[in-house]
Amino acid sequence: MAGEDDGNTTNGRRRRRTRRSAVRLSKLYSYACGRRPSVADDHSVSRIGGPGFSRVVMVNAAAGEPPAAADLLQHQQQITATTNSISTTKYNLFTFLPKSLFEQFRRVANIYFLLSAGIAYSPLAAYSSSSAIAPLVIVLVATMIKEAIEDWRRNQQDTEVNNRTTQVFQQGGDGDGWDGDAAWSFRDAKWKDIRVGDIVKVHKDEFFPADLVLLSSSYEDAICYVETMNLDGETNLKLKQSLEVTSTTLPDDDSFRSFAGAVVRCEDPNAHLYTFVGNIEIDGQQHPLSPQQLLLRDSKLRNTDFVYGVVVFTGHDTKVMQNSMKVPSKRSNVEKKMDRVMYLLLFSLIVISVVSSVFFGIATGDDLQDGRMKRWYLRPDDTEIYYDPNRPAVAALLHFFTAIMLYGYFIPISLYISIEIVKLLQALFINNDIHMYHRETDTPAHARTSNLNEELGQVDTILTDKTGTLTSNSMEFIKCSIAGTAYGRGITEVERAMARRKGAPVIPNPDNMDKGNNSGIQQQQHILSSSDSEGNNDKPAVKGFNFVDERVMGGNWVNQPRSDVIEMFFRLLAVCHTCIPEVDQESGKISYEAESPDEAAFVVAARELGFTFYKRTQTGVSLRELDPSSGKQVDRSYKILNVLEFNSARKRMSVVVKNEEGKLFLFTKGADSVMFERLSGSESAYREVTQQHINEYADAGLRTLVLAYRELKEDEYAYFDRKFTAAKNSVSTDRDEKIDEAADLVERDLILLGATAVEDKLQKGVPECIDKLAQAGIKIWVLTGDKMETAINIGYACSLLRQGMKQITITLETADIIALEKVSDKTALTKASKDSVARQINEGKKLVNASSGESFALIIDGKSLTYALEDDTKDMFLDLAVGCGSVICCRSSPKQKALVTRLVKTGTGKVTLAIGDGANDVGMIQEADIGVGISGAEGMQAVMASDVSIAQFRFLERLLLVHGHWCYSRISSMICYFFYKNITFGVTLFLYDAYTSFSGQPFYNDWAMACFNVFFTSLPVIAMGVFDQDVSARFCLKFPMLYQEGPQNLLFQWQRIIGWMLNGVACAVIIFFLSTASLQHQAFRSGGEVSDMATLGATAYTCIVWAVNLQMYITVSYFTLVQHVCIWLSIALWYIFLPVYGAITPSFSTTYYMVFVEALAGAPSYWVVTLLVTAAALIPYFTYAVVKSWFFPDYHNRIQWLRHREKAKAHPDPETSADVELSQVLRQFSVRSTGVGVSARRDATAVLRHLNVDYSQSPTPGAGVVVVTTDR
Amino acid sequence: MDPLEMQDDSKKSNKPKYSKFTQQELPACKPLLTPSIVISTFLLVGILFVPIGLASLSASQEIVELVHRYDTSCVPLADKVGFIQDTKTDKSCTRTLTVPKHMKSPIQIYYQIGDFYQNHRRYVKSRSDKQLRYKDAVHLTKDCEPEVYGADGAPIVPCGLVAWSLFNDTYTISVNKKAIEVNKKDIAWQSDKNKKFGSDVYPRNFQNGNLIGGAKLNESIPLSEHENLIVWMRTAALSTFRKLYGRIETDIMENDQLTVVIQNNYNTYSFGGSKALVLSTTSWIGGKNNFIGVAYLTVGGFCLFLALFFVVLYMIKPRTLGDPSFLSWNRCTLDYPN
Repeated sequence: MAGEDDGNTTNGRRRRRTRRSAVRLSKLYSYACGRRPSVADDHSVSRIGGPGFSRVVMVNAAAGEPPAAADLLQHQQQITATTNSISTTKYNLFTFLPKSLFEQFRRVANIYFLLSAGIAYSPLAAYSSSSAIAPLVIVLVATMIKEAIEDWRRNQQDTEVNNRTTQVFQQGGDGDGWDGDAAWSFRDAKWKDIRVGDIVKVHKDEFFPADLVLLSSSYEDAICYVETMNLDGETNLKLKQSLEVTSTTLPDDDSFRSFAGAVVRCEDPNAHLYTFVGNIEIDGQQHPLSPQQLLLRDSKLRNTDFVYGVVVFTGHDTKVMQNSMKVPSKRSNVEKKMDRVMYLLLFSLIVISVVSSVFFGIATGDDLQDGRMKRWYLRPDDTEIYYDPNRPAVAALLHFFTAIMLYGYFIPISLYISIEIVKLLQALFINNDIHMYHRETDTPAHARTSNLNEELGQVDTILTDKTGTLTSNSMEFIKCSIAGTAYGRGITEVERAMARRKGAPVIPNPDNMDKGNNSGIQQQQHILSSSDSEGNNDKPAVKGFNFVDERVMGGNWVNQPRSDVIEMFFRLLAVCHTCIPEVDQESGKISYEAESPDEAAFVVAARELGFTFYKRTQTGVSLRELDPSSGKQVDRSYKILNVLEFNSARKRMSVVVKNEEGKLFLFTKGADSVMFERLSGSESAYREVTQQHINEYADAGLRTLVLAYRELKEDEYAYFDRKFTAAKNSVSTDRDEKIDEAADLVERDLILLGATAVEDKLQKGVPECIDKLAQAGIKIWVLTGDKMETAINIGYACSLLRQGMKQITITLETADIIALEKVSDKTALTKASKDSVARQINEGKKLVNASSGESFALIIDGKSLTYALEDDTKDMFLDLAVGCGSVICCRSSPKQKALVTRLVKTGTGKVTLAIGDGANDVGMIQEADIGVGISGAEGMQAVMASDVSIAQFRFLERLLLVHGHWCYSRISSMICYFFYKNITFGVTLFLYDAYTSFSGQPFYNDWAMACFNVFFTSLPVIAMGVFDQDVSARFCLKFPMLYQEGPQNLLFQWQRIIGWMLNGVACAVIIFFLSTASLQHQAFRSGGEVSDMATLGATAYTCIVWAVNLQMYITVSYFTLVQHVCIWLSIALWYIFLPVYGAITPSFSTTYYMVFVEALAGAPSYWVVTLLVTAAALIPYFTYAVVKSWFFPDYHNRIQWLRHREKAKAHPDPETSADVELSQVLRQFSVRSTGVGVSARRDATAVLRHLNVDYSQSPTPGAGVVVVTTDR
Repeated sequence: MDPLEMQDDSKKSNKPKYSKFTQQELPACKPLLTPSIVISTFLLVGILFVPIGLASLSASQEIVELVHRYDTSCVPLADKVGFIQDTKTDKSCTRTLTVPKHMKSPIQIYYQIGDFYQNHRRYVKSRSDKQLRYKDAVHLTKDCEPEVYGADGAPIVPCGLVAWSLFNDTYTISVNKKAIEVNKKDIAWQSDKNKKFGSDVYPRNFQNGNLIGGAKLNESIPLSEHENLIVWMRTAALSTFRKLYGRIETDIMENDQLTVVIQNNYNTYSFGGSKALVLSTTSWIGGKNNFIGVAYLTVGGFCLFLALFFVVLYMIKPRTLGDPSFLSWNRCTLDYPN
């Protein structure tokens, strides 16, 4: 795919090269800092050759004459032995059988079945070995087929990847001329054939086939842009640059022919994505390599025509493969409990086997007394050890194994595979739910692991990321404050929500001068958002820009006072960033690729306000500016001398630029907390006002940045540059500190320009969704990296916080701590902080304990969280947090997110769900019981780590309340049912055995027994697991409190499980005694024939098949045609099996030969008994179900009644008017129990009662204008 | 209908295809245990069951059954086991019975044995179906332990405990002193005769070991003709069982005197079992079996009672939705720490 027409493309590339050579990198631009000093003096480099750093790669070993010793050659052979082909499959052809079998037998139940299969081949067998083995084999084979298919799919994927092609520098093999020299060129090769040391050429938008060391690129300065989305989920482009020595000697294809070769020495394969230690030896000279030269597999080449690289790691040695650790396999709580039930069953199996053995031993020992035989027909005088009356204890012991095998039908062998099938189908339903499909991004929901379906119905706490999850991560420049004047009239979601909260939904702020305009904007917004519900996008006219203010728009700013500041402000926006412009050649439109949406919003804002950034070269940026004096657009370019990059510690970013007049400027933007202390004391006249504006913006839920600049003198800059370059080039561990220090030199005495406010828009439907989840009794914790104010505001906007709530804030931003920080005594600070946090937690707890009925919100910041999560305080913290209605953790790091998740998970023992969208959420997604990834916006990391992915936060509502609840209720009913039916079957075997003096004689024919689980009873149960709906989707959403059945585990609590088991025992007793009493010794046909073991067994079996299948009609509450078919098919299968099996030669069908056709079918008593026994077996449960549903209804029963009532409404009767009120009561009840959510807010705000009419139109008052009207 | 296929169809857009199946909106009936459904279900079952019960009860009542236990009276009080094991003594025993009601032919003659574990696993397994069926499978005696080889070391046909312990009491019946014929043909299932017991397999070496179990077989008659053996070898389900002995194909009048000469050979004394002779007519329901009818009446009656119970309950305590306590959460079960 890469090397099509060689001549043409190379020509094309040459041309572009000449064009690009204009932007040849000088030493100036910040990227130069990637270069390392050319002497290998640094200690990490000196480790090369030592342990962990032993890799030696002969570059292009095959072509050049490597300057190599024999041992090097050997090493080379060793590492080239690892090919670049990857395999993510679990098995291969040879390991499949043993490995998958081993996996299977890690389950307790399967071990048991293996054991009983072993018994089946010994003389202890209760029934024939083949029939004992068959169900196990069927189940194992089915599971293995499933495994094989899954593995085959993985294999297909691998093959696809392995067979991708890329260009490798190699000798032409066939017909391409054989004179050695000419034959060497870049030829297509498959990925899997790439070896370490190969030189590859990768073209634009191709993936790197292996980890490469960049040699040179199509840019003359040998840079290239790389997209690492597959690695870390970040969508921005990263810049890589090769060493100068390689880029100059190897500029094009031809140069490789004369390339003498080189040796790369570097670290061994490891999983660290951001480190790389190594050097390259060219012509005897060593040059150090850094991550800056490393191109990682699975990242993509962007904006660069091609690069040359040498392969250093292949296949599974690559960093991405080393990183791809197995996703921790999660098991649902229900399954864990099911295991315990299994143990219980195994235990009772052992108990009854012991009982059976004891009685058997007694009976056996009794047979021969003083040489006189009692039951002479058993020949106790002449027996094997199994029946030896002289050694009854041994016989009993051996009999124990027989009993274990015989009563094995207690243990539902097909349960696991049935559950897997059911879950797979449930997952398909989730994937295919049209209500969880997001049209804008064309993404449906995707259940990536199906084994957690029912866990979705048991979620107790949701831990959610904010950015990109609750908010859409589309930043809109909405307001700014320049020189103390606030500009921008946009209204944010939060402001709207807050206005509503204050009871003034659409009344504009009276202080605002332009009332008309304001409401006009709102109206416009209304139109926008209403059209949005019809599927149009909800973005403003310009993406990232929602700024409306005629005072500065359209060039009007020149007339504003302090227009000089405004000019500088906009210029800073246009210059101080790391965006890359992309000019569409045809339309001339400019779009930007930015590291974060904030940055893009700034550049877009600058463009819209007249400062268009249109070109970035390696040395600078070019702007099209509005010149205030002439009023014309002029092109200006700025040389960028240094970029002081943003990081979370610095919280600011600066650039040093030189304008066309040669003046040096430092442009800085950063968080207010770090910026204000860097302002020069004298020059910041409007500091107070700006601070006030920033606070207002933060209140409105906006992200703020402070903009400032200063002019630099030449000598000052020169001093800084020296320091900074030295710091950048140093390779010691304190490099970052040195850089910070250097940056500190210039980032001071800044002159304040103003502040920007960017809105982080809430996703559609988030407040409503949170409201529903809150009504469902699910607690929601927000874990965000944002600062406290922003987090609180988002909390308000999405109804997690409300006015009536008491906020407990735990923070270390208190005066005494700050004072201590200044002294910077670390141990004292730690101690004080810890004490402070503990004290605050205690106070909070007291508050919570003292109050009754009030709801609390806990807000804690990252620093405090560090201390709160320590071992001695974390339980206290959890206690407090659990007592609060909502919890917001701000400023938390990814690790803290994961720690909090773990704390909640282990501390409460409840099911947690973590939802997030970015790479920083991966930790918590993997830690939580269920991880949900938001697919779409920010890369795939979160999604790859997640168990379920959805496109929008709001789909969580349907995922949990509908699918989660259904899956939970289905799976728990299904498991109970499984136990029920198997116990019914198993107990009849036991009872019959009691009548054979516990000799271990099975009641039924071997093959009939073997088919019980597989054919006669499995289909309806699976149908139930897939299709049953206790309550329809509409009602699930209407009565979210129903969801609580899951978190409280009402449907899979021991009472219910044991209840079902007892029902099974009762059924078995009824079936066994009624059928044996009905068909005892007398004739059962008019011909006078008496019933024997076969006929009685077949009759009882018939009754079981009927009873167990018809039981479904009492249990299931939703019958589609499928269920009817499954139930009747199962019963029919039995009636098909009997004659068919009975028609097979008697040496196979043994006792059941012709049993149906000849004996049973013609006997009225058989049919009469079937009817009697079936009915009698079902009556107890039916009666129980009636009493339960009438007098002790579960929540879903109540809703079923309500639905029934609603249906009956067609006939007007006096009660119907009460129904509306009743459902209201039901709703109110569920609302009252939670403290958060829109409805709670409505509840709490009694003031708003009179506005009920409005609310009836817009059901969710806190939601702002975005009203979800999805039809359900 | 396969959701997987549907996804494949829509490659252009990832939008799931709408169908009632995939959206789980298939038309369905959602039965609810409403009073009307519950009460009518119970009524229906009751109304259906009572007549069936009455019918089977009356069918059972029509049947005339004569059960005569003879094991205690046909043996001396002392040392019953010794008596029965002694091959030389004459064990015939004459019993006289009076027929209480007119018995229409055919009259089935059964022997009934109590406390005989024909369903014991060792016993059940001790046979060779192949040997019984095929002439050249004489040596297939693997499962027949411990009755495998005769005194001469040759395999026994039929081998195994079941055949070995063949019942050997005989009955000679005369009505009003007049001997009547007991038909011992067609007492076994046809399929057994045709497919399980070979018509070319002859008994050999049978009952000539040192321990004699039960009846001997005529070695000149093939196994498929030994219907008493075939009947015996269909092992009974429970420890008290009846097996067909033969049929009387003439009617027996009320108050007729039945004289039965019993050869009391079979040893049930060792294990304390019982033996009885049964004469019975049959009807559609089989032999005399009150249990089915009584059970039907009980279940039917119980259902009617429940129907009534629920009607009364519904009238006394109508379960209306208007009761707010119905709607609120049941505090004791659902009030979770929150």
